[in-house]
Amino acid sequence: MRDVAIVGASMTKFGVREDEWVMDLLAEAGGACIADAGITPDDIDHLYVSNMASGEFEGQTGVPNALAHDLGAIPAYTQRVDQTSSSGAAGMYAAWQSVASGASDLTLLVGGEKMTHRTTGEATDVIASLTHPVEYKQGVTLPSFAGLTARHYLDRFDAPREALGHVAVKNHANGALNPNAQFQKEIALEKALESPMVADPLRLYDFCPVTDGSAALALVPAEHAESYADEFARIAGIAGATDTHVVHERADPTHMGAVAESGAAAFEQSGHEHEDVDVAELHDMFTILEVMQLEALGFEEQGEGWRAAMEGRSARDGELPINTSGGLKSKGHPLGASGVAQAVEVYEQLVGGAGDRQVEADVGLACNVGGFGNCVITTIMEAGA
Amino acid sequence: MSDDEHCRVADGGTPPMAAARYEDGSITYPPHPVGPDGSEPVEEVDLSEYTAEVVTWTTSHATPPGVREPNTLAIVEFDVDGTPVRALGQCTTEDVGIGDTVEPVYVAELRDPDAGIRERESQRWDGYRFEPVE
Repeated sequence: MRDVAIVGASMTKFGVREDEWVMDLLAEAGGACIADAGITPDDIDHLYVSNMASGEFEGQTGVPNALAHDLGAIPAYTQRVDQTSSSGAAGMYAAWQSVASGASDLTLLVGGEKMTHRTTGEATDVIASLTHPVEYKQGVTLPSFAGLTARHYLDRFDAPREALGHVAVKNHANGALNPNAQFQKEIALEKALESPMVADPLRLYDFCPVTDGSAALALVPAEHAESYADEFARIAGIAGATDTHVVHERADPTHMGAVAESGAAAFEQSGHEHEDVDVAELHDMFTILEVMQLEALGFEEQGEGWRAAMEGRSARDGELPINTSGGLKSKGHPLGASGVAQAVEVYEQLVGGAGDRQVEADVGLACNVGGFGNCVITTIMEAGA
Repeated sequence: MSDDEHCRVADGGTPPMAAARYEDGSITYPPHPVGPDGSEPVEEVDLSEYTAEVVTWTTSHATPPGVREPNTLAIVEFDVDGTPVRALGQCTTEDVGIGDTVEPVYVAELRDPDAGIRERESQRWDGYRFEPVE
């Protein structure tokens, strides 16, 4: 297997992109990444497109081939990667495999989703369609899984409700510094705690928004990276895992088993220890998930993760900054783009391109979650220059 | 529908809340082709004959097309002769709490099968809600 490096990255503005559809968004991010990496479309051997549901959202299928045409990348090999909300990192895994195996010397990964033309109810239903029939017929949604889990967590570990509000406040503070974030505004804790109830005990500010957007990465063999860029990032470890399809069948609802499995495997592959990690992007589709990922990845003891945001330890100036991009909470969550955008943020932090959000970082981690912890991919990256 | 379900419906009864018991003694709801340790299912267990305890609950105020609003849901745990089995379902009331005892109550249609993204014919839409018992 060859070592793999990231030599270019891009993301579109996330948010409501009126009159722009998935093909427009993918082409925008893909074209920007080609420019950032200083390559030409002819150089691309493999093109992976992370997307959960363009067919269901807008009736557009066949996006990989369409994007290859729009970018001028024909005859590159292409395929779509769908792993629900973790499609982005699943695309990263496919892209990494393509270069590591020697099948491709230059792979472009583009993730994207167009969602905001649908009502929130319709978008929620498209996402909820990943559930088992016995769950779907009960009207369960991903936000309702979050409400069920948050109540259990807060009750079992005697954690204060405001701890989750601190996650939202922190991630909005980070998003306020990200020009591509959907929400670029700080919020007060009281605003989060008094916002409308969505899935009791969770309120509006515990949830990510519905978002349009796209993000892209260029991957090459690490041994060639310096010929593309002075600053680059290596993929030190990447691993995926699954948990039960039916969420209530998990023995411990507060433990994200697939996060633990993928995280442990990624750490082992990378050779890094937890204390090496300087910055991390976690899948805060719901505030409770950031807390539970901190625990399952081994950064916090089970039942203690809620303290990190409350005590400022996961703030941008804390001991382990979490979601410097603003996270899904503030930056937005265009399903297929999110895992790619997480890696874009870690890459920018490692190459010194994160602007006002910049922290000191040599090693970064991204954890992308599909379903309610059903499919998870953890990636550990290190500065390569 | 299983043969047992056909018989019960033909008799004017309600279908079972069907779980599966596997070779190793474990039980899951819903049934799967294999159990948690990979063993084959050996018999059906009707959870509607048991009461359960509420593990956690939520009331969803932002529901998808065809779903009642608000929609109170609970994860409950049945004790089937010493074997724990969890299930998720709607509640008949918003007045539920962790630790409450509930019983399954049959409902012919849990959500409008024609309003959401999933095809009506692709699955069943009847099932059980959980009702607190005194």
